[in-house]
This record gives sequence, structure tokens and C-alpha cells, in this order.
Amino acid sequence: MPKLKGVVPFRAGGYAPRHIGWASPVTLIGLLVFWQILVWLGWASTAYASSPVLIGRALAALVASGELWGHLAASLQRLAIGWVVGTVAGLVVGFALGLFTLARSPGMAVVSALFPIPKIALVPLFIIWFGIGESSKIITLAFGVFFPTVINTVAGVDGVPRGLIRMAQSFNLKHWSIVTKIVLPGALPAILSGFRITTSTAIILLVAAEMIGADKGIGAFVLQAGNLYDTDNLLAGIVVLSAIGLCVSWVLGRLERVLLGWR
Amino acid sequence: MTSSVRLHVQGVSHAYRELSVLAGLDLEIPAGEVTVLVGPSGCGKSTLLGILGGLVKPSQGRVAMEGAVADDCLNPLTYVFQDFALVPWRTVAGNVSLVLEDTKLSRAERAARVAEVLAVAGLADFADAWPKQLSGGMRQRVGIARALAVRPAVLLMDEPLSALDAQTRGLLLDEFAEVIARTGATTVYVTHNLAEATRLGQQIVVLGRRPGRVREILRIDTPLSQRRLDDPDLVAVEARLWELLRGDAAAADRELTDAEA
Repeated sequence: MPKLKGVVPFRAGGYAPRHIGWASPVTLIGLLVFWQILVWLGWASTAYASSPVLIGRALAALVASGELWGHLAASLQRLAIGWVVGTVAGLVVGFALGLFTLARSPGMAVVSALFPIPKIALVPLFIIWFGIGESSKIITLAFGVFFPTVINTVAGVDGVPRGLIRMAQSFNLKHWSIVTKIVLPGALPAILSGFRITTSTAIILLVAAEMIGADKGIGAFVLQAGNLYDTDNLLAGIVVLSAIGLCVSWVLGRLERVLLGWR
Repeated sequence: MTSSVRLHVQGVSHAYRELSVLAGLDLEIPAGEVTVLVGPSGCGKSTLLGILGGLVKPSQGRVAMEGAVADDCLNPLTYVFQDFALVPWRTVAGNVSLVLEDTKLSRAERAARVAEVLAVAGLADFADAWPKQLSGGMRQRVGIARALAVRPAVLLMDEPLSALDAQTRGLLLDEFAEVIARTGATTVYVTHNLAEATRLGQQIVVLGRRPGRVREILRIDTPLSQRRLDDPDLVAVEARLWELLRGDAAAADRELTDAEA
């Protein structure tokens, strides 16, 4: 019979990833340095991939000439209007579908049918309908933001514990109070996590719409640079888009901390 | 003036789709007394409480209310929930205040009432705490404070101690007895725990296996303030309850096991 002797080994380590604060910047800086070294060694061509130093110079020139601000302002304006319109409409429809039986069955059928359509494919259609001006771009963004917002809002409303709603009913709270004090805050975590998806979707659609029909905006700038084989400016535009994404993500993170501090 | 409301359960039946849980139940809930509902799992105790509180619509029958309600009563039929049902995005005071916000009370009156019931529930120092920061016992105290804030005529308590550990249950049980005696509210208390039933019940209604019917009603006339868990009379009632329930509880347990299999 085998014998058992010794200290009981600890077996429950791992499967609990931790966040190491310095790892993210060090990784990013390391990758940039690696890229620059490849260029300096002549192993990567600046004609195809530029380099961090050249991209930095291009960005500095864009800032100094003021060209960046014109493109950035046009993009941010479209992004803000399109996202707000799509989000507000999505929240209203999402709450209606989440709260009312009569709205849910027909509404979800329409949402489910339209949600999977790649919204980029609709840009030419919107240009035909609304012209090449701002409307078609904003509507593309709003349309792309609308559906995920509806779906996240319905999921958020469905996820509100029914026990809390029954509690509110048992104390005779009015319908509006139940919606504003129980359902809305209860659905907020799902809605806010949906915002992360919809802001990314909006940036993708913004660039696509600007590439198809605009002379101002980061998407248009990137396309023009690409047409001229100007990889320095092309990648400088992509860095700006990435910075927009990071800023939006930071703002949403702060918003979550403020609104969901109770978690 | 305190409220004095009695309830008459008249021919109440209820089914969840094909599953009949209550069948033609008639019961009188006397004013100002504690009626405890006991019975095996699945016999419809919580469903009956839901019907009494207007949260479950009976398939058949009705519950009639009769009596007088105090002027300051804001919600005659008031629930205390098994899982506390606290709103996690509101503080302790916010949870209590929530149930007063749609009433005629002014902001100052509301604040005064919140402070008063938090003091009664021993929560005066925790008004600004979040539910997640509280122990289970403290959370249920918030549930009690919230119920007291509306000056209920009828308190409907759905296994309020079942989610708590034994020591906290013992402590809260004594506090419940005191609160119930103080408010004089008609109380309906659902429990699986026979010691709780004998500690609080003045009328103990034993429901039979599903579909639930009244099997027997026992009375204990000792005042709540004079009851002790080791009182021989209470122990005898507890033994009698177990005698009544044992067969049904075992059968219900086998039924659940079969259903799960």
C-alpha cells in the first residue's frame, strides 16, 4: 500500500490574473523602440511602414500647421452628433422594448432582422438618400450605434432583479418611480458597457463614411495620405484615431466610476 | 390610533401552469396577531403570502380585508422579503427613504421618519452605508426599518431569517418579537423553522403537502414578550408541529428529488 508523508502541497495557485500597472506602457514603448530599431537597421522600409520617429514628426507638423485641428474638429463633431442621436434613440426604443410587452415582440423582430446588416454597406445607400453632405455620415453613425444600444438596454432591463421591482410594487411606488429609481439604475451597468462597444463602432463607421464621401475628417485625411503613398501621415492619422478611442475609453471609465460607485 | 386589520382568505386556489400549489384554501388572519404559516417545501406558503400581499393573483378565490387603518399608515400591506430586496445603488437611508418618496410626506417629514425607524432598527450609525457593506443581519434590519417606515397595518414576512446564520437568527427573532409587539400590526410570517414558529406565532397554520390546504391550526396564548425558546409549552407545540409535518416533509423531499432526477 503506498505511504503518504510530508507537507500538504498548495495546489490552488493561478487562474487569477492581476493587473501590473507598469506592464502596459513598457510593452507599448518596447514595441515602438523595436520598430524604430528595425528601421535603423534597414530591416524595415519606411516607404511601407514609416517609423515611430517619422510618424512623430508628421504629427508635429500637422499640429504646427493647424491641419490636424480642422480634420479632428470635423470628425469629432460627426462622432458626437451621430453617437448621441443613435444612443438616445437606442435608449428610448430599448426601454420601450424592455418594459412593454406590446412593443417587445414586434420591436425585437425588427431589431434582430436589421442588427446583423454591416452598416458600412449602407453608407452608399445613405449617400443616395441623404446626399454627400453631413447628414448621410451622421445617419450612418447613428444607425450603427442604435442597434447595439437597443440590445444592451433590453438586456439591462431584463437583468434588473425582478425582486426589486416586486419590492417597489409592494410599497406602491408609482410606475415612473419604478422606471427611474429601480429599472434605469439597475440597467445602467449593461448600458454603460454597451457604450464601450458603440463608441468603437462609431469610430469605425466614422472613418468608413469619411473615406467614402468627405474632404475633411481623419478618415478622409488617412485616405488622401494613402493615395499619395504618404505612410508617415497615414499612420499619424491612425495614431490620432487610436488617441480618440483611448480618450473615449477613459471618459467612459470615469463615468462608470461615478455612476456605478455602489458596485 | 393603531391599525387593526384582519384578513379573510376565501376559497383561494392557485396553480403555476399545470402545477396546483393551493387548493380551495379558507383561512382567517386575526387582527393584531402573529399568524405563522408552516408546511413542507412547495406547499404554497410563499404563494399564499404573495396572494395576501397582492403580489400574486390567485387562480381562484379572494382575500378580503376588514378593519381600520391608522392615519399615518402609508402602505397597509407591507412585505419583508427573504432576500432583503435592498436597492444596491442606494444607501441604507436611501433604501428606507425610497418607499416614502411617492407619499404625501414632505422632505423634512421623510427625513425624520427615516431617522426614527433606523434608530428603532439599531441602524442609526449606518445611515450612509451601502448595502454591500452590511452583514446579512444588518441588511434584514434595513428591510424591517423600511417596512416600519410606512407604518404597516399588516406585516407580511416571507422567511425573513432563512438567509441568515443561526446566531443572527436568534438575535433578530427577539428583535422581531419586540417590533411586532410594539407596532401591533397584524403579522403573517412564513417559515420552515419550527422554533421561529413557536417563538412568534399566536396562530400557527400548518399547511399540508402540495396542493396546500390547511391541515391544522394551533394557538399559543403566551404573550410574545414572555416567551422563551426553552419554555416546555413551546417545546411541546414544536414537537406537535414536527409530528404533523414530518411525513409531509419527507414526502416533499422525495418529490423534489424525483423532479430533479
